[in-house]
Amino acid sequence: MSSQVIQARGLDLTFRTADGPVHALKDVNLSVQRGDFVSFIGPSGCGKTTFLRVVADLEQPTGGEITVNGMSPAEARRARAYGYVFQAAGLYPWRTIGGNIRLPLEIMGIPRAEHAARVARVLELVELTGFEKKYPWQLSGGMQQRASIARALSFDADILLMDEPFGALDEIVRDKLNEELLGLWRRTGKTIGFVTHSIPEAVYLSTKIVVMSPRPGRIIDVIESDLPAERPLDIRESPEFLALARRVRDGLRAGHGYD
Amino acid sequence: MKCVVPVLTVLVVFVALWYAFAVVLNAPWARDRAERAGTELSFTALVADTWAQEKPLLPAPHQIAAEVWHTTAEMRITSKRSLVWHAWVTLSATFAGFAMGAALGILLAVGIVHSRVMDLSVMPWIIASQTVPILAVAPMIIVVLYNIGVQGLVAKAAISAYLSFFPVVVGMVKGLRSPDRMQLDQLHTWSASRTQVFGKLRLPASMPYLFTSLKVAVAIALVGAIIGELPTGAQGGFGSRMLSGSYYGQTLIIWSALVGAAVCAGALVGLIGLVQRLVLKRMGMAT
Ligand SMILES: Nc1ncnc2c1ncn2[C@@H]1O[C@H](COP(=O)(O)OP(=O)(O)OP(=O)(O)O)[C@@H](O)[C@H]1O
Ligand SMILES: [Mg+2]
Repeated sequence: MSSQVIQARGLDLTFRTADGPVHALKDVNLSVQRGDFVSFIGPSGCGKTTFLRVVADLEQPTGGEITVNGMSPAEARRARAYGYVFQAAGLYPWRTIGGNIRLPLEIMGIPRAEHAARVARVLELVELTGFEKKYPWQLSGGMQQRASIARALSFDADILLMDEPFGALDEIVRDKLNEELLGLWRRTGKTIGFVTHSIPEAVYLSTKIVVMSPRPGRIIDVIESDLPAERPLDIRESPEFLALARRVRDGLRAGHGYD
Repeated sequence: MKCVVPVLTVLVVFVALWYAFAVVLNAPWARDRAERAGTELSFTALVADTWAQEKPLLPAPHQIAAEVWHTTAEMRITSKRSLVWHAWVTLSATFAGFAMGAALGILLAVGIVHSRVMDLSVMPWIIASQTVPILAVAPMIIVVLYNIGVQGLVAKAAISAYLSFFPVVVGMVKGLRSPDRMQLDQLHTWSASRTQVFGKLRLPASMPYLFTSLKVAVAIALVGAIIGELPTGAQGGFGSRMLSGSYYGQTLIIWSALVGAAVCAGALVGLIGLVQRLVLKRMGMAT
């Protein structure tokens, strides 16, 4: 298989709404390589979520082309190419953490004999070992979000799509989860698409930062990061980091999103 | 334990008001009789009389209690005068009607949630069905059913079912639709089938709604059974007790039937609440 994981060419998406068409994506061109950590950043309404949903076959583009692992998004979905982590953990309150992680396995018809081992493995990846029998309401918000990441990892998709997964968490928990996510990414070699509003978060996590601008939603800059794969939290004070952050900020300004 | 005092206070005020109203409402009859007998009633004698009449307009609480005691504890429950026997007659129709109504309600809800055509075509009829004044048409339904050979328990249960399916449909539709867009999208990313979406998400998510509507439905089913008993005459049940009580001005019989019905309704709702708690606890959803 080629190293192209997500390939978008001239992607367009217009929503028909009661008050006229909304141009959510216009002429989006992007290519994501295997093992990339791609962040999408931009002001509200610039189409970050829409782009991720197109990749996940949750929205149909109105123009252009997109392939995921060389297939159409619908085929990729059926081939279990990706796991999607939503902004809210969305765990079922009537299932334990283990039960929630088994949910996609049950739906996909993965043999029952494998479930226990898979659950144990992904719980370890997100550092939730020992919480299998707990119910979601017994966990903090950060732990719930980790459980939802574990669920997205449980069926071995090699792409992880995350839409502001830590948006509702406080800064300290966020830092910790970001560090863990980087560790997880290094260990598993997955390709990650990550939507965020935070410039430091985007720079800290990514190998590639996609800066977007609204009305119509489009990509205005794609920044390749040359930070080392090993990133302690204090890398955020290094000049390289600050230079990248500045470039992102300038890109956002140029897209006159924040004025 | 903190609520004991307020609860008792309300109860005492309620009972006191009841006694007061009994005096006010029953006094004309007491005075009437005294006048015909040519005697003069003192205030205490008047009060005592209003609380001890045989056919009072409003019986005093202790009279109703005595009547209920007399017709439950002091009689064989197989006796046709036993309130327990009447309760059983009404309750058996209630159970049958409730079971039919709940099953129908759940089935309709599943259909409505899964088919837009059904949503648009059936839902208006369901709502229209509840605007029919059932009290007015119940005798007609009973007579119609009687003519096609359906009578007794089944006819009463039909009215119960007719009344009780409605809250179940409404509650269950709401429950089955309670999963949000995100949860449905999530299942879509796992390529879940419609049956899986139903079994894994919609159905469990609807449980709290189902039980809430079942509580309403069971109380209405009891009312339906009583309504169904009114036109059938004296074949037993709370409804027939109320009817014969009102024929002969036996207010005590009416009131004890009312008390019996209220106790039954409370017990049924409580029972469903108990099942609800057990089920939701087993599902891990107890809060
Ligand atoms: N289902 C929809 N129907 C109509 N318009 C939509 C729909 N989904 C999104 N939009 C519109 O498309 C545009 C892009 O939305 P999108 O959710 O992708 O933005 P976003 O970048 O994720 O914003 P945020 O940072 O607030 O999450 C917005 O103008 C939004 O109103
Ligand atoms: Mg968004």
